[in-house]
Formats: sequence, structure tokens, C-alpha cells
Amino acid sequence: MKEFKILAVVVILSLITYWGVEPFAHSQMHKHVEGHNFVYDGKADITDAAKEKVAVKKAFWGEVNQIAKLPGNVAAGEASFAVCMGCHNGSGVNMGGVVPPSLDHAGSLYDKTYLIALIKDPAIASNVDHKYAVTMMHPMGAVQTMVTTPQQIADIVAFIKAKKVGNIEPKQAFLEACGRCHANRYGGLTQIGETPKFKTEKEELAYKVKVLDEQDLVKAYMGKLPPDLSIMSRARSEQYMETFVENPQSQLPGTSMPRVGLTKESFEKVKAYLDETGDPSKAARNAIGPWVILFFVIFTVLAYLWKKHQWKDLH
Amino acid sequence: MAHFDEKAKPFSHKWLNERMAVDTVKKVLSSEYWIPKDINFLWAMGMILAATFGLLIVSGIFLLMYYQPNVNLAFDSVNHTIMGEVGFGWLWRHIHGVAASVVFLIIYIHMFTGIYYGSYKRGREMIWLSGMLLFVLFSAEAFSGYMLPWGQMSYWAGMVITNLFEGFSPTIAGGALNFPGFVEWLRGDYVPGQAYLTRFFMLHVFLLPLVIIGVIVLHFATLRLPHVNNQKGKEIDFDEAAKLYKNGKKKESKVIPFSPVFLSKDVFVMGVYFILFFYLVFFHFEFAMDPVNFDPADGLKTPTHIYPEWYFLWSYEILRPFPKDPGLIAFAFAQVAFFLLPFLDKSPVVAPANNRGLFKVWFWVMLVDMIVLTIMGKLPPEGMWTIVGRVAALIFIALFIALPIITKKEKKA
Repeated sequence: MKEFKILAVVVILSLITYWGVEPFAHSQMHKHVEGHNFVYDGKADITDAAKEKVAVKKAFWGEVNQIAKLPGNVAAGEASFAVCMGCHNGSGVNMGGVVPPSLDHAGSLYDKTYLIALIKDPAIASNVDHKYAVTMMHPMGAVQTMVTTPQQIADIVAFIKAKKVGNIEPKQAFLEACGRCHANRYGGLTQIGETPKFKTEKEELAYKVKVLDEQDLVKAYMGKLPPDLSIMSRARSEQYMETFVENPQSQLPGTSMPRVGLTKESFEKVKAYLDETGDPSKAARNAIGPWVILFFVIFTVLAYLWKKHQWKDLH
Repeated sequence: MAHFDEKAKPFSHKWLNERMAVDTVKKVLSSEYWIPKDINFLWAMGMILAATFGLLIVSGIFLLMYYQPNVNLAFDSVNHTIMGEVGFGWLWRHIHGVAASVVFLIIYIHMFTGIYYGSYKRGREMIWLSGMLLFVLFSAEAFSGYMLPWGQMSYWAGMVITNLFEGFSPTIAGGALNFPGFVEWLRGDYVPGQAYLTRFFMLHVFLLPLVIIGVIVLHFATLRLPHVNNQKGKEIDFDEAAKLYKNGKKKESKVIPFSPVFLSKDVFVMGVYFILFFYLVFFHFEFAMDPVNFDPADGLKTPTHIYPEWYFLWSYEILRPFPKDPGLIAFAFAQVAFFLLPFLDKSPVVAPANNRGLFKVWFWVMLVDMIVLTIMGKLPPEGMWTIVGRVAALIFIALFIALPIITKKEKKA
């Protein structure tokens, strides 16, 4: 039938245009970064490293992978962990630009190999060594003088993986992994945590000053204030978020954002929280959508019958 | 003075008829507004546009209740208040955003239907011209609306487009075509800021919709006397055909009344369209809401890629692949070229393009060229894409120059 032929032409031309301006154009605009499924073995770091750093990184990740094979002793690790408590004590005090993260759920949030690398040399592990002439200058750099042997590192990580675990909610995962640098204003979060309710304006202003002070410190450390992540899940594709979190340098070369070392499961939690604040209508859309479409299907069937009736004597 | 029946009951049919000629109005606008029978679903695009415009107005009214035209609040009023806090706010925004994009798809289908069937000439010039005026107004409406969420793309698209108004380089024509200060006057500031946002807000929610409604009425009016075209471009004696229809010879008559016969088909096509439309609203809206615009406007951070919405890409690509001054000339040409169509087509033949010799080639090359320009307009201007874009832009210009020559030949044949 002629009308179907015309419809086919219209549909095909529209789809070609759509393909060209959406999937195809976006594939050309954004470079493709291969994800590595939240395995932290330093391969990408070595490939992307500046020439003079290749040897250092190769040696570093080689040692890390060796340590990962050592059996760790949880009890010995607990003893050594006291060293960590000096900074990771939950006091919320900024140290060298950033509040040391709470390690209460570190065993669940972070990857084992990554934790080993981080204790060995925080700057190289988080792939921000380009910021420092000497990696000791990293706010956590001093750990290199406190935890010195491979066995000690293996023990501490074994302890963290065994005892610092728990099932945490998406919001908590965001707070522990991202929240010390990134605010989420739609979720009511700033760099110093969840914003409480205030009784007086004075209280509110005093709190605001505290937030601004913390932001200034983070800004001085990072070079700029890291972006608010309220609606980031709409601004970046899922693939971008995943590869960015695995290795920020892969998407933004030179960025001062450190690799966080999330496991796949904990990334899913962080993502769930970002979807919750960035795209809160998803559930409602899925619930109502089919009914609205069904309504118009019925509408169209009825309209077709009416048209048939109106046109029956015409030809 | 006319005679009024004193005994007629207020608001009765007779009473209204004496005062407002409701019977005549109904005849003229619907029951005896004759439409050719030989049409296809493309003839329903006008009605679909009217319906989509209605959706835009209604959803726009709801958005207007919560939107804040303030550079510090605009982004969050859209993305947090409307999308997260207001009941069904997301639904209105999705309808508004998707409709704003889809309305242009339908406009282009409507336009190319007109070009294909030659519905812009032999008495139908004013339909075409008022339609093109609507296209320009819808473009301005879309652009001004795009500023309002105050995201990165709002800000930078606004920057790029208003920059065009500085005119040609000062070295051209002794600077007579360079307008120093004009861009700042348009923006109300050196860069897009509060004054800029507020004036585009005014344009988007008041002045432009008002003018659009007026021109839609004009567009309908231009249609009434020449009547709509038909699939073969045949000239129809509407009086005679109407007589046949009214005498019950519906099979022999070439026409049908607008209401209810033509309308029943319109409503059916509209139903099909709404199924697609609401599928997009609920499940596939990303194409109408660019990810870059979910980053708040930042005058200190230029996005890697700046591009307009898809419906402006073809004319953007006629500007972009050339150096500044020739680019501006080409761009200006692209804006007026379609207006001139009825006067550049020198052939008196009203028929489908496929039956018009060389014009058939002209039509399909133009259509493909527009699609190529659209796609190239979004791709980064690098390497091969720039060359393809430049060639497509030159073909566009050449097609309009060739049109009078092609169609003049058609006359002799």
C-alpha cells in the first residue's frame, strides 16, 4: 500500500538522522576508554605513564602484585593498624587538604590489591604522582615510613578485609568514598557530611562558614573545588562514570582526582546513590509509562474504527 | 441594522446565530470546508503540529509555576525542584523537552511534504511564506527556551549564537557591516548573565508564544481560499465537487468535509503519533536533553564540544566549515533560501516531485544534503568531517542557484 511506502521513507530518513546525531556523533566526540572491571593491577597506569616514569611504575606494581600473594595475618595486622588510627580516627579534622577517610567499611568498599598499593605508596597507587616531586609529599605519604615491610602491608590489608566490613547503604558508600571532596546538594550533603536542620539563622550561617572553610582547604589541595555530584549521573554516561572512577586519569589526563579503588559492588552502590539524587523519577516513569502508552493504543484503535466508519462510503 | 428576533431565548441557537452567525462559521471552518479526498497521512502533519504546540503550552504553564529565572536558582529549580520535588514535575518537563525536539521533526516532514507535492505555488504562496515565518518563530522559541535551564550548553550556545550578531569583520566594506556594541546590547551584559536570562525568559514565555499563536491563525487563514493540495497536484473545482458530495454522490465527489471525515483520519494519525511521542517521553528522552546541559553554566569552563540542538545543525553546518565572513554570508543565505522557494521555482507544474523530471533529482539531493549537513553539524570539525560538511554546504547553495534554471526547462517540456 502506498501509505506504508511513504511511511517507510519517512521512518528510515528520520532514523538515519537520529543515528547520525546521537549514537554516531557521540561515538566520534568521546574517546573510547576501555574499562578493566575494577581490577587494580597497574596495567593501564604503566601504558599511560610518561616515559621517565614507566620503570618506576612497573617496579611498583610488580611489587604490589607480589605482596598480594603473601598470606596476611589478621591479628598482626590489627596491631599494625594502630598506626593508621593516628589519622583515620573519625575526628573529621582536615589533614593536609582533606579529611582522612573513615575506614569503618574500608574492607567492603575498596579492592584488596588497591589497598596494598595505597599503603605502599599512596601517590602512585592513586595515580596522582604527577602532582608531587617526591611522593612522600602526599598527605598520606608518611605511611611509607611507618609501614615498611611487605608482610606488614599484607597483614594490615588482611585485617581491613576481615574486620572493617559491613553491609552499607548507597548513601553511606557515597559519603565514605566520595563525600570528603564532592558535595551532593540535592542529597543535602557537603564536604563535612549531612547538613543538619537548624533552629536559628545564626546557627545556619555558622555551619555554612564551617563548610566554606573546609571547601577552601579542599580547593587549595585539589587546585579547584571538585564538582557537586548531585546530577552527575545525567551529565556523564554510565561507561564514562565507570572508567573515570576506576582511573580518573583515563578520562581527564592530569586531573588531581585520585583513584579511589572501589570494588565493583561498592561502585554499584555509589552509582545507585548518584541515580537517586540525579534521576529520582525513574521508578515513577517505569510505573506510569506503560499505562499512558496503553491508553493511546486504545485511543488509536478507536480512532481507526471511527475513521473506517467515516470513510466507508467514499470509495 | 440587522433584524433581531425579540422572542429568541438568550443563548439559543437562533439567538446566537443572529449575533454570531454560528451556522456560517461552522460551515466555513468545518462542515463545508472541503478537503481533497486524494491525500495520505502526511496531510495530518499540520494537525499533529497544532496538537504538539498545545502540549508545549500546557506543559509550559506547569513548568512556569516552579521555574526561577535567576542565574543562581534556574538550574536547580529545573533539575531539583521540578524534576524531584514537584509531583509529576518530571512528567511536564519531559513532555516539554521531548515535544520541543519532536515538533521540529514534524515541521521538517511538513515542510518537505509541501516541497515534494509542490504545495507552495499557484495560489499557495502565502501558505508557504506564513509557514516559513512560523519555522523562524519556532526556532527563536526553541533557542530562547534552551537558555532557561542555565546549564553549560545553554550558556555556551547562547554565547556562540549571540556572537554572530557582531556582524562581519571590521575590514569588510569599511566596517559598515560590523556592529560594535550590538552583541552587548542584545545580552544586556558583556557575557550572558542575569539580564540575558531574564530577557530570554520574557521572550520564551510571553512575546514569542503570542506572536506564534497569531501567525498560526494567519497560516490557517492563508489555507482557506486556495485549499490544501492533493496527492497528484490536480486542480479541483471545489464548488462542483462539493455539490456532488452534498447530493450524496460521495463516491464520485473528489472532496470530503473537514469535519468529521478528514478529522477522523487526522485523529487516527495523531493517535499513532502519540504512542511514539509518549514512548519517547517515558523511555527515550535522552536525545532531547543533552548531557552537557546537566552541568551548571560556568563562564570559566568551555565545554569540549559546543553544538546546537539537532534541528539547527544543518544551518550551523552551513556557517561552520567556512572562514568567518564567507560563513556568515552562507548562513544568512541558508536562513532566507527556503522563503524564496515559490519564486525560485519557475515551473507552473504542481505535481509530486517524482513526476517532475529534473526537479525529482533536485528534491532528493536536497533532502539527503540536509541530512548530511545535520549529521556533520554535530560531528567535531576535524579532518574528513570538515570536508564533507563544506561540500554539503556548497551543494546546498548550488541547489538553490540551480533551481530556477532546472524549473524553467521544465516549463518548455
